[in-house]
Amino acid sequence: MAATLPAGPFPGEETIARSEPTPRPPARSARAPWGDRLFAAAALSAALLTLALLAGIIVSLLIGAAPAVQEYGLSFLVRSEWDPVQNRYGGLVMIYGTLMSSFIALLIAVPVSFGIALFLTELSPRWLKRPLGVAIELLAAVPSIVYGMWGLLVFGPILARFVQGPLQSAFGHVPVLGGLFSGPPVGLGLLSAGIILAIMIIPFIASVMRDVFEVTPPMLKESAYGLGSTTWEVMWRVVLPYTKTGVVGGIMLGLGRALGETMAVTFVIGNMNQLSSLSLFEAANSITSALANEFAEAGAGLHQASLIYLGLVLFFITFVVLSLSKLLLMRLELGEGSKS
Amino acid sequence: MNSTLARWVLAAATFAPTFALAQDATGAGATFPAPVYAKWTDAYNKATGARINYQSVGSGAGLNQIRAKTVDFGASDMPLTDEALAKDGLLQFPTVIGGVVPVINVAGIAPGTLKLTGSVLGDIFLGKVSKWNDAAIAALNPGVSLPDAAIAVVRRADGSGTTFIFTNYLSKVNADWRSKVGEGTAVNWPTGAGGKGNEGVSAFVQRLPNSIGYVESAYAKQNKMNTVQMRNQAGSFVSPVDANFKAAAAGADWAKSFYQILTDQPGKDSWPITGATFIMMHKLQDKPAQAAAVLKFFDWSYSNGDKMAADLDYVPLPDSVRVLVHKEWGRITDANGNVAYAAAK
Repeated sequence: MAATLPAGPFPGEETIARSEPTPRPPARSARAPWGDRLFAAAALSAALLTLALLAGIIVSLLIGAAPAVQEYGLSFLVRSEWDPVQNRYGGLVMIYGTLMSSFIALLIAVPVSFGIALFLTELSPRWLKRPLGVAIELLAAVPSIVYGMWGLLVFGPILARFVQGPLQSAFGHVPVLGGLFSGPPVGLGLLSAGIILAIMIIPFIASVMRDVFEVTPPMLKESAYGLGSTTWEVMWRVVLPYTKTGVVGGIMLGLGRALGETMAVTFVIGNMNQLSSLSLFEAANSITSALANEFAEAGAGLHQASLIYLGLVLFFITFVVLSLSKLLLMRLELGEGSKS
Repeated sequence: MNSTLARWVLAAATFAPTFALAQDATGAGATFPAPVYAKWTDAYNKATGARINYQSVGSGAGLNQIRAKTVDFGASDMPLTDEALAKDGLLQFPTVIGGVVPVINVAGIAPGTLKLTGSVLGDIFLGKVSKWNDAAIAALNPGVSLPDAAIAVVRRADGSGTTFIFTNYLSKVNADWRSKVGEGTAVNWPTGAGGKGNEGVSAFVQRLPNSIGYVESAYAKQNKMNTVQMRNQAGSFVSPVDANFKAAAAGADWAKSFYQILTDQPGKDSWPITGATFIMMHKLQDKPAQAAAVLKFFDWSYSNGDKMAADLDYVPLPDSVRVLVHKEWGRITDANGNVAYAAAK
């Protein structure tokens, strides 16, 4: 029996009497030799299915958008006209609206989420940690239409009355700033959409940030505290560099949601296809909102093709955002390498 | 246990028309008449046991589906011209009538008292008349204290038959509107905020001070909104009430063609922004039994559905039009030229 064992590295080992480890591990591969392969094949096909779906979506978008692509080419991206009666289309208003509302959302959501995560991991008393964490996660479970209704019925009027009114009366006559705040005082527009989006993505970003902050080894933090660092210094100099991949990932998750959000945006953005001013209070439109509003009644032909073209553009924007975040991470890692 | 299961299967079948049994008829299209069709199909099912499935997917999608013959009937708020019908071998007939009503939210103006003309209404939606105390509005409303406030225009963001009726009217009565914007289920709005659906527009108007919008009359009534009086073609100011919608429908020459857009109709009681909603079917039926099931349903609804329609604030068709619709049904035949369904007179 001992002879079947592989020879040990030391000469004379065979002579040493040793006890067999009992019981021996069962010979699984002998019983089901195809099991592993079957599992691998299943996993592979699941992965391939995703790729096939992705390719299928791109192809069907391209086919659907073909008439509009032929008609306008890339000039579609810079044309601001959207006129279903004359059958002339351009996507600039919606593209601007999507990018701008998501940008406003990130501008608000990232610092707030960072604050939430910092408080939950470093400052919060133990008894508050769980209820607060659960509450933030519950926010993520609220359906987007509820945010939309709330934005339209409750938040919009508040914004119009207490923010836009005072801003307009204070800055209305200042040349550039005044233009930024002009528009009918109805509480609908890019700013409302951005703020509603911020509220919607805060739970995502905050819970990812909290989770990654919590996995920072306590030893690192304790050492920094031991050297006399303040909480801020520990967060900024130790925790954040250690968790930057996760933090960027969380922000991108939020940005992805903001770019694709439809229902909540369509309620509060005002759905106006004119780019008459760059005011944050002017009604605007986003790609998803235009699609949701117009697709059902869009006649076959250029109108539908232009809407699908918009969908393709959104797909591309999301892709670019994801690639940029990967690039950013790679740059960060490179920087790290050169430092040490 | 079995009956519970059966009920689930039934429920599933209701929501999944693709699994519907052969004798069930399916239709798709306009969202505006969807509530009344739902009520009719439900009552019809209880009365006869036959099932009609209606999917409110929007007029445009409904027309696409009937052209592709994936449904037995299509529904649209925008009638097709006779040439367009002939091209696809379709025919159309109206089912119910509804009015589109301008609604306002202005402090100090009593409900139903503000008077407007079509051209002023057009100028408001063009952004040319931008204050409530504009001379054009003041001239129509002597003695009403109009505020010195900007008009907040509210309109539909989604494509809709309501918008078609409204913009069709403005194109008829406002030359500027016709040249700059035109008519359609979705147009290039020069100004204003867009609400999704009738409920979105009514929510906007109710919450925005100094606003004006347009909704189906049913929504204005249900939300008790401040409506306006419009001057019609005959020169009299009329209120948006059922009798005036019906007057507009009676004035149209239905005998000539069912392509009737009921905006700006003659008659001293006619509400100028009225529209009918239509059903489209193929004249030549591959499945005459299905067509007969559909027509039987609408025949039943014409005879029994007026009260249900009125409860939902739709206006039933005038009797004279129904006679014409029954006649039109005689043109729906199978491949051998046999009439698919003979309406009981």
